[in-house]
Amino acid sequence: MKTWKEVNPGAVILEPGSARKFKTGSWRAMRPKWIEENCIHCLLCWVYCPDMSVKVKDGKREQFDYDFCKGCGLCALECPGKKGQKAIVMEQEGN
Amino acid sequence: MSKKVGITGNEAIAQAMRIANPDVCGAYPITPATDIMQRFTSFVANCEVKTEMILTESEHSAMSACIGSSVAGGRVATASAAQGIALMWEMLFIASGLRLPIVMGVANRALSAPLNIHGDHSDGMGMRDCGWIHFYSENAQEGFDNMLMAFRIAEHMDIRLPVMVGLDGFITSHSIETMEYVDDETGRAFVGEFKAVNPLLDIKNPKSYGPLILTDMYMEYRKAHDNVMAKVPGVVLEVAAEFEKISGRKYGLFESYRLDDAEIALVVMSSAAGTTKDVIDTYRAKGVKVGLLKPRLYRPFPYEQMGEALKHCKAVAVLDRADCFGGSYGPLFADVSNALYHYAQRPIMINKIYGLGGRDYMPDQAEYTINELIQIAKDGKVKSIKEYIGVRE
Amino acid sequence: MAENVEIRWHGRGGQGTVTAAKVLADACLSGGRDVQAFPEYGPERAGAPLRAYNRISDKELRMHCPVKNPGFVVVVDATLLDAIDVTEGALDNAAFIVNTKKDPKEVRAKLKAKPTQRVVTVDASTIALETIGRAMPNAPMIGTVTRVSGLITLENAVEDVKKSFGKKFSQKIIDGNVEAVKRGYAEVKEG
Repeated sequence: MKTWKEVNPGAVILEPGSARKFKTGSWRAMRPKWIEENCIHCLLCWVYCPDMSVKVKDGKREQFDYDFCKGCGLCALECPGKKGQKAIVMEQEGN
Repeated sequence: MSKKVGITGNEAIAQAMRIANPDVCGAYPITPATDIMQRFTSFVANCEVKTEMILTESEHSAMSACIGSSVAGGRVATASAAQGIALMWEMLFIASGLRLPIVMGVANRALSAPLNIHGDHSDGMGMRDCGWIHFYSENAQEGFDNMLMAFRIAEHMDIRLPVMVGLDGFITSHSIETMEYVDDETGRAFVGEFKAVNPLLDIKNPKSYGPLILTDMYMEYRKAHDNVMAKVPGVVLEVAAEFEKISGRKYGLFESYRLDDAEIALVVMSSAAGTTKDVIDTYRAKGVKVGLLKPRLYRPFPYEQMGEALKHCKAVAVLDRADCFGGSYGPLFADVSNALYHYAQRPIMINKIYGLGGRDYMPDQAEYTINELIQIAKDGKVKSIKEYIGVRE
Repeated sequence: MAENVEIRWHGRGGQGTVTAAKVLADACLSGGRDVQAFPEYGPERAGAPLRAYNRISDKELRMHCPVKNPGFVVVVDATLLDAIDVTEGALDNAAFIVNTKKDPKEVRAKLKAKPTQRVVTVDASTIALETIGRAMPNAPMIGTVTRVSGLITLENAVEDVKKSFGKKFSQKIIDGNVEAVKRGYAEVKEG
């Protein structure tokens, strides 16, 4: 942590995009788990994620970015799954 | 050197602003400071300055516009008084916390209620702990000089803080007095080019202002602010020395008048200090060793220097043109007491509240106070520490 | 001239009394003197009695309060003589300069002026009507004050009226005001 001698005058932040360094994933109590075999890649989870924690490549979803996922569970709620089987389920963090 | 002119205090402030040529002025009119911006907007209309005028719908917005423009990277100035400053209050802290060199001329005025448009120091005292640098001016000349120096001090690379320059509403703001300008060329060279620090409009280097700073860092920023305030007196003296070279007029952190050998002293700010000086001369002619200390830099308050200047006196009266409604003493009295507290041997102190809402401060009030100081110096007896003078009992 | 001259003006709102005090201060600057001109701000309404003050000094002026003991008292509207005591605090050698058609002796009796005090009258309202076309007695009063006080020359006063009014008014009005100042200077009665 910076001392009072080191802080920028006026608390101005000079580094653009520095919020990326603040890994809010530590706030998570519940953790979304991606079950790939149930995923139809509809990308509703990507649409609903309030952060940018659902990674997508070439139109297919990939693993969660757990550095920024706060475990809100919206993705799991919205997930249509395949034949009634959810592709995202919430689990207790730390289990 | 320019010749002498007879002008009002408000015009003096407006002319200093014209010389400084701010990039932006965000303003909203209020008596008795309206005249400052009225004159200044005519300079804008006549293309005598390159200033962008932002006429807002309130003083809160005026100061917000100043803050936005300052953060964007421009030289910024405004003017206000009384209720206007009260409405700005929230933004005053933001201006200082963001370390923005905004300069504000103030025609000091009483606060409502009861509604009163006349001169006292209630508005300035209300903003005294907002993190701004404060100057108080005795007359139009000091108003002009302080305003010009304010830009240099605010924009100094070691400081970068907002500055308020006060003069007494109506008494100074609307009276015609003799004064001398610094000519435009010399004045402009003295104020210098504005140098932006971390301007938002430098879009190649994006930055963010106004982040949330919580328990883990807030105190560090406050300590940093306290630290930069401590550097202000040094810069004020440095700028004053340079100003003396171009104007021949000498300024310190405060003015000492016949104080060195004084046994008793009065501490008085702004226009009333002049009247007091004339009364002091009549007492000196009678052999009474009385002197005066007139604060100029009020925030940061030069505690140490003022303590040294007053410690030898037997009795000191502090005259406040504002009161603290805590059943306590006037604000200036509290500050001067702080300055003297640390001395084992210190003057006996009394506090007079005078001139509220523009009530005339007449020579007989200074005489009354000096007579009481003479008696206290003799027998050490204080009838009451605080007293309203010039009030109907 | 005394080193510090203090003047109190009595007028009514709308008669240009404050302007007269300001013009006089400006004209007095020419000698390198320190000047002050300031009104007493009350309810600023047309017709309301008002006071304005001048201080003119060879030394730096530091007093920032109303003039208590004027050496010159200028009464721009004679109806004020019935409403207020214009002699209050006036010095023993003060001069009262009153805009009235009346004889100075009559005014002296009304004021109960001391023998050591001067009483001077001028019919400034008539002069103003004849020169400016309006009952604005301030310009002739500047002429009279110039003569009685000896602070400045008539040329100084005329120049300053031209300068002060030149910014706002047409040549016809400026000429009228200049003529008014000259007549105010010339048509002084003392008794």
